[in-house]
Amino acid sequence: MDFTKPTIEYADIWPLLVVFGVACLGVVVEAFVARERRFVVQAALAGLGLAVALGGTIWVAGNLHEHAGGAARGAVDVEGTVVVDGPAVFLWGIILVFALGGVLLFAERRLEGGVSAFAGQAAALPGTEAERQASTRGLEHTEVFPLLMFAVGGMMLFPAANDLLTMFVALEVLSLPLYLLCGLARRRRLLSQEAALKYFLLGAFSSGFFLYGVALVYGFAGSMEFADIHEAVRNDLENQTLLLIGIGMLSVGLLFKVGAAPFHSWTPDVYQGAPTPVTAFMAAGTKIAAFGAILRLFYVALGAERWTWQPMLWVVAILTMIVGAVLAVVQTDMKRMLAYSSVAHTGFLLTGVLGVQQVSELADGELTSLQAVLFYLTTYGFAMVGAFAVVTLVRDSGGEASAFSRWAGLGRRSPLVAALFAFFLLSMAGIPLTAGFVGKWAVFTVALSAGAWPVVVAAIACSIIAVFFYVRVIVLMFFIDGSPDGGEVAVATRPSVLTSATIAVGVAATLVLGIVPGPVLTLTEHAGQFLR
Amino acid sequence: MNDVMPYIALSGILFSIGCVGVLIRRNAIVVFMCVELMLNASNLALVAFAKQHGNLDGQIAAFFVMVVAAAEVVVGLAIIMTIFRTRRSASVDDASLLKY
Repeated sequence: MDFTKPTIEYADIWPLLVVFGVACLGVVVEAFVARERRFVVQAALAGLGLAVALGGTIWVAGNLHEHAGGAARGAVDVEGTVVVDGPAVFLWGIILVFALGGVLLFAERRLEGGVSAFAGQAAALPGTEAERQASTRGLEHTEVFPLLMFAVGGMMLFPAANDLLTMFVALEVLSLPLYLLCGLARRRRLLSQEAALKYFLLGAFSSGFFLYGVALVYGFAGSMEFADIHEAVRNDLENQTLLLIGIGMLSVGLLFKVGAAPFHSWTPDVYQGAPTPVTAFMAAGTKIAAFGAILRLFYVALGAERWTWQPMLWVVAILTMIVGAVLAVVQTDMKRMLAYSSVAHTGFLLTGVLGVQQVSELADGELTSLQAVLFYLTTYGFAMVGAFAVVTLVRDSGGEASAFSRWAGLGRRSPLVAALFAFFLLSMAGIPLTAGFVGKWAVFTVALSAGAWPVVVAAIACSIIAVFFYVRVIVLMFFIDGSPDGGEVAVATRPSVLTSATIAVGVAATLVLGIVPGPVLTLTEHAGQFLR
Repeated sequence: MNDVMPYIALSGILFSIGCVGVLIRRNAIVVFMCVELMLNASNLALVAFAKQHGNLDGQIAAFFVMVVAAAEVVVGLAIIMTIFRTRRSASVDDASLLKY
């Protein structure tokens, strides 16, 4: 057997390699840089790496080759394992933007009085002498930055994978660092460790399903590559059993990652227990990457089997929206409420995913479901990162105060912070003149034009329920004085420029995308279709 | 097809054992071992299908899965051990501060 040298298109995939390279460099920094300077060096390195990768992504986006008469652009690289096409590059861009926000929040040290939001020494037991010493010596875990970079690398690879094996490896590369990051909170460490355990066990369980689905689909098609699977799905009309069970199992793995019902139960626990900067990064990044992967798997590999998986997504989307919206109503913790609202958003996004149609079925200039989902992900990410960044600011004597009773009357004590938070909530609720409205409108229209009107009706009903619980928080902040049970109330702490910048960018983007969504919608149109 | 059918059936059985184990066992370590059993069942299926189709994709995938499983063990045991040291128990029922 001859060994042929693989060709690797470095010109296309170098942003991905930069991220992984910086992550590895971060591990080396950990070993060789003195402890006092390590935090600054790691934060700067991660920020710089992400900025370079973002610049690289824009450069790559400008140099994509056109295919199929301009309908798709890009190339299949690295022996058919990675595909760098319009949608993949767009997703890289927004993942990197939100990762930059994540680095800024990770690097915030003013809120905790000179140390980061992460445990001084994760190995020291809570409540022991070792933990007190770690805290008095001002120790910090700077490993969080390389872990974040590895997760970002996995997130970028996930929607760009062109075969099932690469997709599985990317899934694990993005998940494993996040499991660890969830367990590293400086305060409330028991909650944080419990969140990490739950996320890890359930995540590993779901990736077991994903992997068995990979094996079954491989058994059906005889190949891991999406293009070959597409051919096999189109031509092979017998022996559908393997394919159908395989699709089901792959869906379990992917729907778990986006937090769709009935696989959503980890979301509230993990969002609440994880350190808030991690929650902000994870809420935006994981959802974007996993929706990119869902879109690619269902549209590219299983597009010919549309009539099989669309009814399943109908049911999952309706269930997800109802569960998210109804359970968010009864929450009394801000992070948990935002987690359930992110479950509801998953349902809205799935509404966009199931609105897929052939190009020939679309009227001229009509939105494709891919465009709608990409736009919704952008608006969702800015609102989520911004909202969780605000949550890091609202504190009492015990650190972050996420209970509703502490937030009562916040609008009187810290008007600006409360107003910003209210603005993010209004965007999530989909009030006109915010980005969330345009995003919702986009996914609902594509689902409607694909004939999924029952889903759209459910979605509109759930949006109305959602408005109720978002407005309830606004009422709590502005129209209720002091804590109802007479307990301590929280005030907004003044952050350093890092968190302020993240929030400012989130507000600006949410406002601009709400008033002039045109440029970003055009950008999603330029991204074109997936490359087969 | 008939060649590899017993292996596929075995992998299905192993996967089901692992799946049921995750759902009914209480000890986090045992739950985790059951997850590993699911991954190994997938490996068996991948290798059997590779034999059936006569190409190497499945066998190569099995190697990748082994590496991923090893990485998962590193992360998983670290998390389970932290929980055990804090709570003096590795039961998944005891970790119940976050609910509703």
